[in-house]
Amino acid sequence: MAYILISDDSVAMRQMLKAALLVEDHQVVEADDGLVALSLAKTHLFDLVITDVNMPMLDGLSLVRELRSLTDYQFKPILVLTTESDPDKKKLAKAAGATGWLVKPFDPDKLLAAVKKVLG
Amino acid sequence: MTEVRQLFFEESFENLDMMESSLLDLEIGAVDKELINTIFRAAHSIKGGAGIFKFEHVINFAHTVETLLDELRNDQHIVTQHLIDLLLRGVDTLRALLKALQTGQEYNPEAVLVCQQEFTALLITPMSPPPEHAHPHPENTHAPVTAPEVIPVGWHIRFKPYPRLLQTGNDPINLFRALDALGELQICADSSQLPTFADLDFQNCYLSWDLLLTGAVEQTAITEIFEWVEGDCDLEMIPLDKESLAETRIVMDKALEASLAKLAKVPEKIISPAPSETPVNPKLSSIPIVNEVLEKPAHNEHLSSHINEASSIRVGIDKIDALINIVGELVITQSMLDQVGEDFNLARLEQLRSGLAQLERNTRELQESVMRIRMLPISYSFNRFPRLVHDLSTQLGKKVEIKLSGEQTELDKTVLEKMSDPLVHLVRNALDHGIEMPEQRRAAGKPETGILKLHAFHQGGNIMIQISDDGAGFNLERIQQKAIDKGLLHPDENPTVEQLYEFIFHPGFSTAQQVSDLSGRGVGMDVVRRNIRDLGGTIEIKSEIGKGSRFSIRLPLTLAILDGQLVRVGNRIYILSLLSIIESLRIQPNLLSVLAGKAEVYRVRDEYIPILRLYALFNIIPSTTQLEQGILVIVEGEGQKIGLFVDELLSQQQIVIKSLETNYKQIHGISGATILGDGSVALILDVAGLIRQFYSSNRVHTFSELSVGAMT
Repeated sequence: MAYILISDDSVAMRQMLKAALLVEDHQVVEADDGLVALSLAKTHLFDLVITDVNMPMLDGLSLVRELRSLTDYQFKPILVLTTESDPDKKKLAKAAGATGWLVKPFDPDKLLAAVKKVLG
Repeated sequence: MTEVRQLFFEESFENLDMMESSLLDLEIGAVDKELINTIFRAAHSIKGGAGIFKFEHVINFAHTVETLLDELRNDQHIVTQHLIDLLLRGVDTLRALLKALQTGQEYNPEAVLVCQQEFTALLITPMSPPPEHAHPHPENTHAPVTAPEVIPVGWHIRFKPYPRLLQTGNDPINLFRALDALGELQICADSSQLPTFADLDFQNCYLSWDLLLTGAVEQTAITEIFEWVEGDCDLEMIPLDKESLAETRIVMDKALEASLAKLAKVPEKIISPAPSETPVNPKLSSIPIVNEVLEKPAHNEHLSSHINEASSIRVGIDKIDALINIVGELVITQSMLDQVGEDFNLARLEQLRSGLAQLERNTRELQESVMRIRMLPISYSFNRFPRLVHDLSTQLGKKVEIKLSGEQTELDKTVLEKMSDPLVHLVRNALDHGIEMPEQRRAAGKPETGILKLHAFHQGGNIMIQISDDGAGFNLERIQQKAIDKGLLHPDENPTVEQLYEFIFHPGFSTAQQVSDLSGRGVGMDVVRRNIRDLGGTIEIKSEIGKGSRFSIRLPLTLAILDGQLVRVGNRIYILSLLSIIESLRIQPNLLSVLAGKAEVYRVRDEYIPILRLYALFNIIPSTTQLEQGILVIVEGEGQKIGLFVDELLSQQQIVIKSLETNYKQIHGISGATILGDGSVALILDVAGLIRQFYSSNRVHTFSELSVGAMT
């Protein structure tokens, strides 16, 4: 069981992520924007952060950069959800410091596999 | 998952609305990055969400739309009217697609394709099918027999992470676990680069690994595992045949022994990830086509079984908070009353009274709050009009500006839904018949751009919605002429303005000289009024020729509660809507007339009102059959009045309406039922229905016939 923060402005997406993660008994905290996620991350130590790219106030890549600057999240896995599969976007995610990415849409199984890949 | 599905639809429709309103805000020629970003995000969310449910065609279409928006965002296009129109159509298509999915209906694939092609034609980026979610061909991943390349029996993987690898949150051990799930894995760590403890920076990775993976594994599967560390390591993958596999194994075994001897403890943990203790990863090579084929029919079943999904409502958190607050107070009141009840004596009577008064207040507040949950701002309905007006005015070649006000006025959800079509109709009419062509307007000394106003506000327990335009106004002469042509009016008659307006609501009545695509078929205004009346509302027209017209719709705040007047007939209690009652009076015999020994009419001032004896209608034994001993309640429905003869007027109170139709069956003249304070059931009278029934059973067709008869 891991303590996971998900950050996405779409309620449906968060619900879906949560539903999938709950199957594996993970504990999930939701944030509807990068800014919210950042403040949550500062007060709670999550094992994994999953974030969307496009969010109204603080976008996902900026969130990753902000998190990486925090000592607590220097080595923590951060997954970025993206709908764009072109290599440039992935490079951007990587450059920001993301551990990996998931291209939306994905199956719950794929999500769990990715989570397993970073959490062991 | 059903809930998530429902949520997705709601969210997507909201996103589409947002796209639409933002598109309408776009200015031609300029590129408003912020606005385009908003639109892009909305499209993006829809695409992302659609993926959860494998709505392939939605994903596909949304992707195309998104690509165009992305290009727009990157200054590859300028905003033209054509572009906006196309994007708006894209929004429509997406909406139609989602609606079809939500209701389990078919969509029109050609229309979607045509629209998509128009998008593709504009795109600069060549369109490939949206990647990744287009499932990989099964041949590549699942049927190795047909694959041209020979799958090796094993792999020698050289994995040399750069020191920074750990800072990306990737941990080699997890990669090895994933590899282990593909086949038998032998790991040999190279710790030669490990610095002395003093020089060790814990943030860096100093180890590198030689991995031997035994098993028929495709290269893509391995690449996929290392996908996230690409660029953060040196990675070498050497395919092995049987011989080289054996050789490598021997080399690795030796190296392993050597390094074990060197570093007795540290690597041991890494070396022995016994396959049994590692949880086997579900195959990463995504569950492909086979699965999809199986899922599709099941998915459809799922769809159809949810067509009748209860509609849901989004409630502002403040409303819920208010509710919780009141419930809290209710609990306090309850515990206070509890205390009073525990050892009650007359000295505590005052306390009991105040407790009960508090309970009453709590109950009322609770009722109001709960009702407020059903209330939605009228903006839900108004927000579609800017788009409608944009489209229609373009189509008609007119210039129209729409002004909305009072969008935050709240209405019962059902009322709101049922008002939707009538409002659309009125807006269309205003554009089609009301506002003139720019030339005509200029000639009349008016600005070229016509103004259409939608205004909503509260007025004395009602909601008023006004639709006004500064157009041509109603041509009363033409209405009169048309009415005469249709045989609805005698040429010699001199109708009042109200009577003339009344013709507008007559089925099949249209003064438009040409039937256009939009309106003018005369089907509509009668339906508009019927819908409004069904909701217990009224519609009024005000118009001035050359200056414009205004439709005022008055609606009850909510359908679920009404202010009722309780009346007694025999030992039964009936309820009348307070709004329908004009007056109640005692009958004076000298004002009573009887027509043809059958219909009774009563003169009130200068009007003759027919009398309906409720006891006779409902077959009840009344307290009295003598008219002068009872009460006459004069009610109005659908513009006609009738006097209901009852025994007695009882109290007035707020009535919670329970549907008779869902609990029993529909009965003419009864609009519902309620439960009274003493637990008994009382029926709510449907005044309009009673009047209709009265006239048909008495074969007296119009009120004027009656009054004329009475006067002679």
